[in-house]
Amino acid sequence: MAIGSARAIPATGRPRLGARLRERLDREEFLGPLFVTPALLLLLVLVAYPFCMALYFALSDAFIGRPSHWVGLRNFLHLWQSDAFRQTFQNAFVFTGAAVACKLVLGISLALLLNQQIWFKRMIRGAVLLPWVIPTALSTLGWSWMFNSLYSVVNWTGIALGLFDPPGPNWLGQKYYAMTAVVLVNIWRGLPFFAITILAGLVAIPNELYEAAEADGAGAMRRFWYVTLPMLKPVLAIVILFSTIFTFSEFNIVYVLTHGGPMNSTHLFATLARQVGLETGRIGEGAAISLYLFPALMIVVWAQLRFVRKQAY
Amino acid sequence: MNRKLVNKILAHLALLPFIIFAVFPFYHMALTSLKQNRELYDRNAVPLLIRQGPTLEHYAKLLWETEFYTWTKNSLLVTVLSTFVSLVIGTVAAYALARLKFFAVASLGTLIFVTYLVPTSLLFLPLAQVVNWLGLGDSKWALVVTYPTFLVPFCTWLLMGYFRTVPKEVEECAMVDGATRIQALWRIVLPIAVPGLVCAALFAFTLSWNEFIYALTFTSSSEQITASVGVTTELIRGDIYYWGSLMAGAVLASVPIVVLYVFFLDYYVSGLTAGAIK
Repeated sequence: MAIGSARAIPATGRPRLGARLRERLDREEFLGPLFVTPALLLLLVLVAYPFCMALYFALSDAFIGRPSHWVGLRNFLHLWQSDAFRQTFQNAFVFTGAAVACKLVLGISLALLLNQQIWFKRMIRGAVLLPWVIPTALSTLGWSWMFNSLYSVVNWTGIALGLFDPPGPNWLGQKYYAMTAVVLVNIWRGLPFFAITILAGLVAIPNELYEAAEADGAGAMRRFWYVTLPMLKPVLAIVILFSTIFTFSEFNIVYVLTHGGPMNSTHLFATLARQVGLETGRIGEGAAISLYLFPALMIVVWAQLRFVRKQAY
Repeated sequence: MNRKLVNKILAHLALLPFIIFAVFPFYHMALTSLKQNRELYDRNAVPLLIRQGPTLEHYAKLLWETEFYTWTKNSLLVTVLSTFVSLVIGTVAAYALARLKFFAVASLGTLIFVTYLVPTSLLFLPLAQVVNWLGLGDSKWALVVTYPTFLVPFCTWLLMGYFRTVPKEVEECAMVDGATRIQALWRIVLPIAVPGLVCAALFAFTLSWNEFIYALTFTSSSEQITASVGVTTELIRGDIYYWGSLMAGAVLASVPIVVLYVFFLDYYVSGLTAGAIK
């Protein structure tokens, strides 16, 4: 017995380490943090830290390649004196409001249509979803050719149908037309997300509700108003919140289509931040502009956690 | 019966404008890329058709006279690597957050969800500095490092939903039979969650292939940029737009995504809804 145990110690020394590790890995309070660590480290170094830097930049006079000094809120005050920024601020709300509202109405209509008995169901869904899948920067390039001042196919079609007087509007060169064009492309690109998500919500509504409503004598309009819409509410809330934050922070479409022009009339926070922060080098001011996206993000996060996720858990 | 058919036809008629709206830009892009310059810049020509014969000259110009091949290679490298890394990190994190009980697990889940909502355009300025400090300024490796910042939260969130649908009992059975937790994850849970993994991989691939603002900010030289950045910046000389080649580039750079899309359409549909609803 004594001899056996004396010999057993060196023999079991290594396996015991392995066994201990294996036992540890089976314990949730050890394995859990271990599994989450890589994701957490990544997010700390490349999301949380840059965010703190953005805060610091915004409060300093940082300029590319020069040491920076603390200036307090001067960047923010300075921004409000700039016409370009005030215009951008207004654009951001006009753009987001118009685009999200149109996407919502069109998205519900499209989802209702896709929910009917239709031929070539898969193909039609595929076609409708396509704008969402293709790289936005590239498809927007296609749109900028479609809005070209001389060879616009949009104008050609409009003139052929008698909608515009020749030569038709200069889409990307006139203030309100440029905003319309940018909103239109955003609708085009975001509509699939609305339609497909709302469609998933529609499919989940139990048929009995419609049958009961029909038995009570409700017509199609009233069935939509009193059954479909209330049942869709949670899905609509999520879709609107998601879309609001991603529309508010849009960059690609504006950058490719108008570069913020003409006369800053289509600049959004992201594109102006890039222009000020990188093209003219005033990183401090650029970071301050980017940070205007943050309150919007906070509101969306708060609403998601407060109203939407509550139902999920 | 007859009324049903009429309704069905009406539904299709109502769908038609939506389908044209969605698909026409791609038709017009492809058409432009195949047109001869003579017809392309003829203001009296009908822009909806090719009348004077198609040509491949724009494609030839794109492939032989620009670095398009290099840009596509960069895009592929960045996309494949960042997708793979994000999928691995996201899978283990999602498993832990969906299945295991440990310190602060619920708030970690919320944290991941919050970062999932952070738009890339909020952080690109300071990230450019971080990238420079890491010595990755003007390098495609900067993209491999930074793309996981939006891919990992996305994969984690999507996969948490899938892991929750795998019944706990299946895994517990395996562990009662002597498997360790990691073996149970590898042999039991992951095979059941394959549709979720495919979905996460597809979306991560698509998101990073389509990413633009980081690629535009962190890389600039012709050997380092990705396909979307190359086509949108290098094919425009000053104010001169080579529309034929531009459209050819846009078409070719979309091909990998379209191929994936055609084969995995159903996964795209389910992933799009899962990302928002689960």
